[in-house]
Amino acid sequence: MKPIIRVENLSKRYSIGGLDAGYATFREMFAGVMAAPFRRLRKSYKPTTEVIWALKDINFEVQPGEVVGLIGHNGAGKSTLLKILSRITIPTTGRSEVYGRIGSLLEVGTGFHPDLTGRENIFLNGTILGIRRSEIARRFDEIVAFSEIEKFIDTPVKWYSSGMYLRLAFSVAVHLDTEVLIMDEVLAVGDMSFQQKCLDKMSEIRKQGHTILFVSHNMAAVTRLCERVLLIDKGHIVRDGEAHVIVNEYMGASLKVTSEKEWVEGERAPGNHVVRLRKVRARDEEGRTAESVDIRKRVGVEMTYDVLEAGHMLTPKILLSNEEGANLFSSHDVGPEWRSRPREKGTYVSTLWIPGNFLSEGNVLIHAAIESHLPSTATHVYERDVATFQIVDKQHGDSARGDYIGPIPGLLRPLLDWTTDFQIAGAPDASPLEVTLHD
Amino acid sequence: MANESAGVLEERESAVETERESEAGLPQSAPPERLPESPVVVNDARDSLVPLSLKELVAHRELLYFLTWRDIKVKYKQTAMGAAWAIIQPLFMMLVFSVFFGIFMGVSTEGMSYFLFFYSGLLPWTFFSTAIMLGSVSLVNNANLITKVYFPRIIIPASVVGAGLVDLLIASVIFAGLAVYHDVSLSPKLLMLPALFLLTTLLSLGFGTWLAALTVKYRDVRHALPFVTQVWFFVTPIIYPLSVVDEKWRWMMYANPLTGIVEGIRASLVADKAFNWTGIYVSTALTVVILVGSVYAFRRIEKSFADLI
Repeated sequence: MKPIIRVENLSKRYSIGGLDAGYATFREMFAGVMAAPFRRLRKSYKPTTEVIWALKDINFEVQPGEVVGLIGHNGAGKSTLLKILSRITIPTTGRSEVYGRIGSLLEVGTGFHPDLTGRENIFLNGTILGIRRSEIARRFDEIVAFSEIEKFIDTPVKWYSSGMYLRLAFSVAVHLDTEVLIMDEVLAVGDMSFQQKCLDKMSEIRKQGHTILFVSHNMAAVTRLCERVLLIDKGHIVRDGEAHVIVNEYMGASLKVTSEKEWVEGERAPGNHVVRLRKVRARDEEGRTAESVDIRKRVGVEMTYDVLEAGHMLTPKILLSNEEGANLFSSHDVGPEWRSRPREKGTYVSTLWIPGNFLSEGNVLIHAAIESHLPSTATHVYERDVATFQIVDKQHGDSARGDYIGPIPGLLRPLLDWTTDFQIAGAPDASPLEVTLHD
Repeated sequence: MANESAGVLEERESAVETERESEAGLPQSAPPERLPESPVVVNDARDSLVPLSLKELVAHRELLYFLTWRDIKVKYKQTAMGAAWAIIQPLFMMLVFSVFFGIFMGVSTEGMSYFLFFYSGLLPWTFFSTAIMLGSVSLVNNANLITKVYFPRIIIPASVVGAGLVDLLIASVIFAGLAVYHDVSLSPKLLMLPALFLLTTLLSLGFGTWLAALTVKYRDVRHALPFVTQVWFFVTPIIYPLSVVDEKWRWMMYANPLTGIVEGIRASLVADKAFNWTGIYVSTALTVVILVGSVYAFRRIEKSFADLI
């Protein structure tokens, strides 16, 4: 299929160190000022000490209807790329082509004026974003209803609370109706319920077949909304592929851990003369190392270790934490098979099985330990941040998410039973009818 | 038969559809089923000069309208007098000039009343000087727009001139009143007035866009402009008639495009004063050169505004 966005050899150079610096004399300055606009700008650039390539040789294509996430560290070049696509700035080399109209939301409330009322700002901001006046007028009520500030629509926005301001601004933005929508971290506004509304709106936009390019540092939102992710680092596209794979790699790289850790040199492996850790990994039910796991599926955390001295009673232990560093839970192997049983020398593989529909979505860090509890407590292995895996909660409808697509708080996301008692309105004496879900 | 009429109806409907789209310039339809043959939005490093696409300007005409509207609205928000300020300023200056330069110093007005004489100079001058002062900082003041949204940047200085035009229109009410009060004869010469104000508008647009672009790169303009305009005020025949300048220096006065305009406005009000066509032609030629040069210069550095601002 023909791409809707095509980017070829795109580079963007910034010179840092001040363009205006270095007029030696007043006469020189005067000459410079008078002549500046009539000279080729490029030639009037004075050689500056430092040149930065915000983007270097970027090539990619986006198919119509794709939702593509751009991720990367601050200063990686994500925003520069969006600015070039939306023609705010010109590339130093290369070319970008878009086969459709672009709506870019690099900021919410661009051009909002504090002295103007909500109503006036809707028209001003809408026009700035490229929505036609008749279109704004037609959808005005819809926009106001979405923002939930009907009462204050004729109040100057300088008297709005910051939340009201953002809601109004975003309401205009989500009514952009272009073939390509470019967004820079705009979801990070408003309270939870409003964010939810925005996400609903976005998936509605997506369902209409619009193409979306989306920069975010919110990895959960990226995996939820995008099928494809471009990872940008130091001006290059370093990875391009399926969203959850790339996100997991990126998270792992920034945490400096991967989904599998193996110690090849025996002496370097964590442990002591009793036991040494050989390998830790997350695995799926088929035995494959799992970088990312569907939230509905079981995931195993497997540790391989060599017992070097016979006769010790060992308890393997796994602690899981999320990317914010909050501990999720810790689990000991208390199964009867190896509990209180002295071990022989040899290689053991212990796997902790975590049920599906239990962990919350996001990245999970694995910390491994091996302890003895009898006759006295001793810690043989205690290794933090050994490996990581990612839980993905796509909108399948049968996870705890149901049909909801917004962010869900909580360290865990179990699928639990609900009961609902129901009484027909106006029949107080009728016996209650019990409805049980998830039977 | 039924089929045929349905076909005709369909055809008519689709004709209406295309008409609406082409009229709008920017169809607001959902994504097209087939992509256009050529790209709609191109950003290429090799395009050294962004062409001044009139089509694009027309497509953004509503933005020009709204930015102009915003400038006017914001200017008079939270003022007790509101748009009356557009009148008060030139009116007050007219009174001051009439007292000091007219009554005290006895400046020659070539037979015109002091009020009409000074007001006819102040009207284009206030418009022009406000337009270039506000125009010069317009891009910098709208940096938040320039770094976040694409549109032809020339709309920003143009909207400043647009807002100035509204003030000019309001201030013209006093002008008309003075003309009636002083029995200005209804002659065909008055037809030159709209033309001369159009010339002033184009001149303001020319200087406004140029200074706006210059200020993006050199903030020095902000410091230089106040005294440059002050000098400009004195070299324009506002508080004196051109006739007080010695004949052999008069050509120098015409190097100032405002000279021909102010003199022209006064000539159109006085029955027995002939137009100085040379002055008007020189002003027109200078205006065209300045406008074309400015727009060209503006387009040349427009694409780097977002990086410089």
